Amino acid sequence: MPRNRVFGTSIPTRKVIVERMVMGLLIACSTVAVLTTIGIVLSLVFESFLFFRKVPITDFLFGLQWSPQTAIRADQVGASGAFGAIPLLVGTALISAIALSVSGPVGLYAAIYIAEYASPRFRAVVKPALEVLAGIPTVVYGFFAALFVAPLLRQGGESIGLAVSSESALAAGLVMGVMTIPFVSSITDDAITAVPSALKEGALGMGATRSEMVRQVVLPAALPGIAGGMLLATSRVIGETMIVVMAAGLTANLTINPLEAVTTVTVQIVTLLTGDQEFDSAKTLSAFALGLLLFVVTLILNVIALKIVKTYREQYD
Amino acid sequence: MIEQVDTVKRQKRMADLRDKRHKAEVRFRRIGVAAVSVGLIFLTVLFGVVLASGLSAFKQTYVQIDVAVDAEGDNYQGMVKRGLREYFPEVKKRRDKRKLYALVSSEAPYRLKALVEENPGYRGKAVSLWVRAGADVDMFVKGEISRALPEDERRLKDRQIAWVDSLEDDGRVETRFNWHFFTSGDSREPELAGIAVAVLGSLFSLLVCLALSFPLGVLTAVYLEELATRNRWTDFIEVNINNLAAVPSIVFGLLGLAVFLNVFELPRSAPMVGGMVLALMTLPTIIITGRAALKAVPPSIREAALAVGASPLQAVFHHVLPLAMPGVLTGTIIGTARALGETAPLLMIGMVAFVVDLPETILSPATALPVQVFLWADSPERGFEERTAAAILILLAFTILMNLTAVLLRKKYEIRW
Amino acid sequence: MTSSGMEASPETQSGANVHVLDSAQPVAKMATEDLTVFYGDKPALHDINLEIEPHHVTALIGPSGCGKSTFIRCLNRMNDVVPGCRIEGQVKLDGEDIYASGQDVVQLRTRIGMVFQKPNPFPKSIYDNVAYGPKIHGMCANSEERDAIVLRSLDRAGLLDEVRDRLRAPGTSLSGGQQQRLCIARAIAVEPEIILMDEPCSALDPIATARIEELIAELKERYTIVIVTHSMQQAARLSQKTAYFHLGRLVEKGDTETVFGDPQDERTRDYVMGRIG
Ligand SMILES: Nc1ncnc2c1ncn2[C@@H]1O[C@H](COP(=O)(O)OP(=O)(O)O)[C@@H](O)[C@H]1O
Ligand SMILES: [Mg+2]
Repeated sequence: MPRNRVFGTSIPTRKVIVERMVMGLLIACSTVAVLTTIGIVLSLVFESFLFFRKVPITDFLFGLQWSPQTAIRADQVGASGAFGAIPLLVGTALISAIALSVSGPVGLYAAIYIAEYASPRFRAVVKPALEVLAGIPTVVYGFFAALFVAPLLRQGGESIGLAVSSESALAAGLVMGVMTIPFVSSITDDAITAVPSALKEGALGMGATRSEMVRQVVLPAALPGIAGGMLLATSRVIGETMIVVMAAGLTANLTINPLEAVTTVTVQIVTLLTGDQEFDSAKTLSAFALGLLLFVVTLILNVIALKIVKTYREQYD
Repeated sequence: MIEQVDTVKRQKRMADLRDKRHKAEVRFRRIGVAAVSVGLIFLTVLFGVVLASGLSAFKQTYVQIDVAVDAEGDNYQGMVKRGLREYFPEVKKRRDKRKLYALVSSEAPYRLKALVEENPGYRGKAVSLWVRAGADVDMFVKGEISRALPEDERRLKDRQIAWVDSLEDDGRVETRFNWHFFTSGDSREPELAGIAVAVLGSLFSLLVCLALSFPLGVLTAVYLEELATRNRWTDFIEVNINNLAAVPSIVFGLLGLAVFLNVFELPRSAPMVGGMVLALMTLPTIIITGRAALKAVPPSIREAALAVGASPLQAVFHHVLPLAMPGVLTGTIIGTARALGETAPLLMIGMVAFVVDLPETILSPATALPVQVFLWADSPERGFEERTAAAILILLAFTILMNLTAVLLRKKYEIRW
Repeated sequence: MTSSGMEASPETQSGANVHVLDSAQPVAKMATEDLTVFYGDKPALHDINLEIEPHHVTALIGPSGCGKSTFIRCLNRMNDVVPGCRIEGQVKLDGEDIYASGQDVVQLRTRIGMVFQKPNPFPKSIYDNVAYGPKIHGMCANSEERDAIVLRSLDRAGLLDEVRDRLRAPGTSLSGGQQQRLCIARAIAVEPEIILMDEPCSALDPIATARIEELIAELKERYTIVIVTHSMQQAARLSQKTAYFHLGRLVEKGDTETVFGDPQDERTRDYVMGRIG
C-alpha cells in the first residue's frame, strides 16, 4: 500500500499515477475494435450516401441491369451506366449456393466420420490435414480454380455436349465449397462432440446402429450448433473475393445456370476500384454501396449465427 | 395360436429390417469415407498441380553466345543480334531473324553492356557470354513445351527448335538455379520477373501489422479478461470483436481506401497502409485467442500475487500475462499467417501495381506475395503460369512454416494446470 | 485360472481364488468365462467367471474403480464403443458367445437392455422416447400397436399414471426419478430378456430411489436383471445373487444372504462391514 496513505494524505503516489495511466491506455486500446466498426460503417454509409444522390436507391436495389463500365466519356449517352444490383446478388447467391451444397454435406459427413467412426490414429492424421484446407490463402484457390478446375469442367462439358463457360459459376462455386469444408466440419465436430456421450450410449444401448444414433439422436441435438456454423459459412462464402475474382466472370449476367459465367458483388467491388478511378464518379461510389450491402448482409448472418452458437453452447455447459 | 403366427411374422419383419439397417449403416459409413476423401483428394491434387507447374520456375535456361564487341558505340542490341546472325548464317528472312533474336532474353544487351563497361578491354574483341534464354526457349528446354505438339499449337516453332538443338549440341545451353527469381522485381518478360518486391512488400506489411495489432490486441485482451468489470460497454466491445472477426476482408479494404487513403491521404500501394489494414483484420483473432490464453491461467496465480501485495495491474503484467504468453503468441502467429495470405484488402488500397524496384521504406510502392500471385495468374504466357505457381509455393511455404511454429509453440508450452 | 482347454461346467470353472457360496444352477441365462478386459494395455478385469440366473436380480458390488461398470458393459457389448477396449474370454447368452464373429450387436442389444447411471432420455417427447426402440427395430406393424407398446411399457415402468396426459411433453421435462423410470420404460419397450442397470439410483433422491427399487422387484418376474450398486443395503434388499468385485477380480459370488451374512473372503467381509469403500 502507498506509504502516504498511512499518514492520511491523499496525494497519489507515483505508482498510483502510473497505474492510472496504464489503465487509461488499456481502455483506449480496447476502443480500437469499436472505432474500426464505426470507421467501416461511417465510410460505407457516407460514400453510399453520395452514390444514392446520383443513383436512386430503388434503382440500385431492384434494377435488373448492371453495367457501370458503359460510360467512357462523361458526355456520352448513358454516361451514368446502369446500377441495378440484382444480377450481382443473383450471381453471388448462385455461387454461394453451389459452394454450400459442396461444403455443407461434405463437411458434415466428414466431421461425422472423423468424430464417430475413425480410429484415433486415422483421426490424428486426417483432422489436421483437412484443416490445412482452411489455412491455404484464397488466392491459391483462385489460381487452382482458374487454371485447373475451370478447364476441366469445360472439357468435361464438351465431351458430353454441354457448353460450359470458361468462367462458369460452377468452377468458382465448387472450389469455394472445398475451401469451406474445414469451416463446416470443425463447427460440426464441435457441435457433435458437445452432445453428451450419455445420449449416444443411450441410443446404442437400445440397439441403434451408429448411423441411427448419429441421425436420430446426435444430429437433432447438435442441430442449432450446426445451423449456426452453416450461417457463418454462408457469410464467409458471400464475402469471399479472390476465388471469384480469378475464376468467375466480370460481366453481369442474370441467370441461374451454373454453367454460365456470372459475376458477384465482391468481383464488382474489385473491378470498380482497381482500375483507374475517377474520384466521386457514380462508378467508384457504387463500389461502396455494394460494400455496404455486403457488410449489412454478412453482419445480419453473423449476429444470428453467433447468437445461435452461444445459446447452444450454454445449453450444454 | 394367432399370437404365435403374429410373433413369427414379427420376427421375420424385424430380421428383414435389420438387414436393411445394416446395409444403411454400411452406406452411411461409405458416404463418410467419401466425404473425407473429397477433402484429401482435393488437397493432394491442389498441391500436385502447384508443384508440377511451379517447380520448373526455380530453374532458368542460359544460352552461350559469341559477340563481337564494337570498338566504339553503344548499340549492344545490334551487337547481340549480329552475334546470333553470325552463328546461324543461313537465316536470311526478316521473319526468321525475329524468331532467331527471340532465342535470348531481351536483357542480353544489358548483360553485354555491363560486361563491357566492367572490362573496357573487351572493346573491339569477340567475347563469349552466357545470357538468359528467351521465355519460350526456357520453357522448351525445361520440357514444358512439347516437341510432339503440332507446330501451330506451340509458341516455339520448328525452326527455333532446330536452332536450340544445334546450340545444345555445341554445349551452349545450360539450366541453372534461378537466383534471379528471388532477387528481382516484376517484369513484363516472364524470364526476368521475380518475387523480391512482393516478398519485401509482404514482410514490411506484416511488420507494420504486427507492430500495431500485437500490442493493441494483447492490451485489449488483458483489459477485457482481467481488469474490466463486466458491464454494457464491455459486452458491446465483445460483440463488436466477435463480429469484426467475421466481416469479409474486402470490407476492411474499403475502410482502408476510404479512411487511410482518402481521408488521411496516405500513399497508395504502400506496405504501411497494407499493414494497417491487415492489423485491423488480425486484431480480433489476437484478442480472442489472447483472452482464451489468459482465461486458462488458474485464478490461484492471481490470488497469490494479490496476496503478497501486488496491485491488480502488477498481478496481471508480472504473473498472469507471462504465463499466458505462449498462448498469446500462438494466436498472433496464426493471425499473422492468415494476414500473409490476404489479398482482397490489399487490392483495394492499391498494392496491386507493376513494381520493378525493391521498396526501400514502408512508404515505397510495393506489392505483396499473394497479390503478385493474382497479378501473374492473369498473364497468359506459360512462363508467368510457372512463376505464379512458384510464388504460390513460396507463399505456402511461409504459411506452413508459420502455422507449424504455432503448433510447436503450443505443444512445447502447453501447460496442464 | 483355468487353462483354455478346459470346457467344464461352471462349478469347476470358478477358480480357486473365488469363494463360491452355493452351487450354481446348471442353466444360467448368461455366463462369462475367463473374461479379461483391457483398456489399452492396462487390464481392468481379470478372468471373471460369473453366471447370471434367469429371473433373478444379480447385484454387482465393490469399491469404485474395481471394474463393475466395465463388467456390466461387456454383457451387451457396450464396450465395443470405447476406443482401445479389448476383450479376452467369452460371454455367453443362452450358451452362445456374444463376442463370436457373426454376432449381430444390434440384435443382441434388443435382447439385453441397459439403464445408465445418469438418466439419459433423448431430447424428444416422452412418447417418442419409449417408441424409439420399437420404431427402429420395426417391432410394430402399425401405430395402434406402437401406442399399445408405449402405454404398456410406461405402465410396467410405473410411470403411466404420472405422464398419461402429457405424452407429448419432452422427456427432459420430467423429474430425475421420473426420467430414470422413463429410461426403464424405454428399455423394456423392446421386450428384452435381460436388463442391465449401472447404478441406476445413484443420481436420485431417496424417495425416487425407493420407487425404482419397487419397480425392479416387480420387473424381476419378467426379466433377468443385473444391477451395479454402491449401496449395500440396496443390494441386500433387491438381489437374490451378489457378486463382489475387488481390483478387477471377482472375489466372491453367491446367494445374497450368504455374501452379506457369511462372507468367506476377508476383502468381502471388510467391504460389507464398511471397512473399505
Ligand atoms: N474408457 C476407459 N479407458 C481407460 N480406462 C478405463 C476406462 N473406463 C474405465 N477404466 C478403468 O478401468 C477400471 C474399472 O473402471 P470401472 O469399470 O468404471 O469401475 P467401477 O464401475 O467399478 O467404478 C478403473 O481403473 C478405470 O480407471
Ligand atoms: Mg461405474
